[in-house]
Amino acid sequence: MIRKLTVREALREAMAEEMRSDEKIFVMGEEVAEYNGAYKVTQGLLAEFGTKRVIDTPITEHGFAGLGVGAAFAGLKPIVEFMTFNFAMQAMDQIINSAAKTCYMSGGQVRCPIVFRGPNGAASRVAAQHSQCYAAWYGSIPGLKVVSPYSASDSKGLLKAAIRDPNPVIFLENEITYGFSFEEEYDEDHVVEIGKAKVIREGSDVTIIGFSLVMKYALEAAQQLASEGINAEVIDLRTIRPIDRTTIVESVKKTSRCVTVEEGFPFASIGSEVSSILMEEAFDYLDAPVKRLASVDAPLPYAANLESLALPKTANIVAAVRDVCFRN
Amino acid sequence: MLLIRRFEEKAGQLYGMGLIAGFCHLYIGQEAIASGMRHTMKNGDKVITTYRDHGHMISTGSDPKKIMAELLGRSDGSSKGKGGSMHLFDFEKHFYGGHGIVGASVPIGTGLAFADKYLGNKNVTYCYFGDGAAHQGQVYESFNMAKLWNLPVLFIIENNHYAMGTSQKRSSSTDQLHKRGEGFNIPGLKINGMDIFDVISEGQKCVDFVRTGKGPMIIEFDTYRYRGHSMSDPATYRSKEEVSCQKEKDPIDSLRHEILTSKIVTENDIEKIDEAIKSEINEIVDFAKNSPEPDESELLTDIYN
Repeated sequence: MIRKLTVREALREAMAEEMRSDEKIFVMGEEVAEYNGAYKVTQGLLAEFGTKRVIDTPITEHGFAGLGVGAAFAGLKPIVEFMTFNFAMQAMDQIINSAAKTCYMSGGQVRCPIVFRGPNGAASRVAAQHSQCYAAWYGSIPGLKVVSPYSASDSKGLLKAAIRDPNPVIFLENEITYGFSFEEEYDEDHVVEIGKAKVIREGSDVTIIGFSLVMKYALEAAQQLASEGINAEVIDLRTIRPIDRTTIVESVKKTSRCVTVEEGFPFASIGSEVSSILMEEAFDYLDAPVKRLASVDAPLPYAANLESLALPKTANIVAAVRDVCFRN
Repeated sequence: MLLIRRFEEKAGQLYGMGLIAGFCHLYIGQEAIASGMRHTMKNGDKVITTYRDHGHMISTGSDPKKIMAELLGRSDGSSKGKGGSMHLFDFEKHFYGGHGIVGASVPIGTGLAFADKYLGNKNVTYCYFGDGAAHQGQVYESFNMAKLWNLPVLFIIENNHYAMGTSQKRSSSTDQLHKRGEGFNIPGLKINGMDIFDVISEGQKCVDFVRTGKGPMIIEFDTYRYRGHSMSDPATYRSKEEVSCQKEKDPIDSLRHEILTSKIVTENDIEKIDEAIKSEINEIVDFAKNSPEPDESELLTDIYN
């Protein structure tokens, strides 16, 4: 069925549908219940599911993340919302040392079916402490799955998959995309498999790879490049861990050129990982070095002009593609 | 108690022989706590603790052979050799670890209790931690939520007076850890952790409080560890006099004395118990030593399920 949904509505539907089918699922976080969500993603959940299953927490990220982990060990399926992932740094120990590692440390005895979700990356003019992409941080941890969708249908399908997954899943949303509307095809029970990237625009001359908000810029860049005679393929990674090596490698074998885009810091970034995968598996197919686009290597500034300079935009992608196509 | 004592003494020996490696924190001196609290537990109650976890796991009725095999990093260990001394788990016995990060087990334990309340059963979570962990911020985050949501969790502080090498006097603004919940309206009780009868009788009152839906409670057990913080700690920060003075309150010796003088058992009975445990320990060690190291294929299993 074709439906037009915002990302925010899609995420909300995913939680509501899963909560209707499994009593063990509950949502907890700051302002998720009575306030209806700081970004209104959980709007209406309290009214439908009540205070037992939609729980406002005190501002204690470390504590409630750990509490969620314990509840998951004991068989519940918590969805823990961080108002933003910047605040999840307070909870990092529980996410990494407790949620991600206990299955291994217990020889597979103890499971941790939990979803940590919330907005990730830069919003708009909120400066350095509220503007950071954690995809590479969480992506480096065995035991975690890390998802970061762009479109509404992927947001819904991947969140439903994350909730059903028996492992801890980091679900990285984006505040700016919450209001984006997408007209897309939905299944009745719309689930998207974790671990699969999606070619969202087919092309033959260069592959642009990214995730989350920057896919908007990648598609705009592809359109602009088409008018210059460069036919770009655009891949939305959707899942950061496990990363879909096959889709990346097959595309670059076809196009022989690659630009990666993300809002995270450049050092040891997702682009670095993709670049490394291509070195290992597609070196002989490359006609140009892989180009990585990321935020500048600095904390995100507040001033509008500096903020704009710090993050990759459509024009940066266009320029990078021209570089790898030797068109400059 | 005696099984835990002998188990830990043997673990210390095997560590010295190089069969156990890494960090190994012995429970010697503190046995009355886990052993005594076991008598207050009902089927389904959950236990979680920090890295000084061998005694707690034994007290849940878990197979000590598998625990020793885990300490040796063998395939028959409770975690197939992948967790080691600090990361023991027995899901079937509701023993949820074994956590190496000081304080981290407290929110997790609070979450175990949250699950029990959510599911509507009458279980209690026994959430053990030390006086060192009692200073961590996440402990107080947990106290707040546990009381706010009236969760069936018993916070059990085993105060052995040393956070690794730092004495309580040098690390704690007060020496009344059981009162640390007052600001959250959580009642607390200080109990002599060196006397198993006190542990059971006083501990039972606290468990009853929690089990009857009155919310969380804090126990501070006054106790002492005879050995260093871990096997790599010679514990030079304590005087020999202090340690020997504490050993005079030994929980096993005092229990032995108590049951002999009250004529519950004879010297002969005690000898039989000693012999039985000695032979059990031999079996435990043989089992662990004979268990092979994990297959190399295990390196990449259990990361996900």
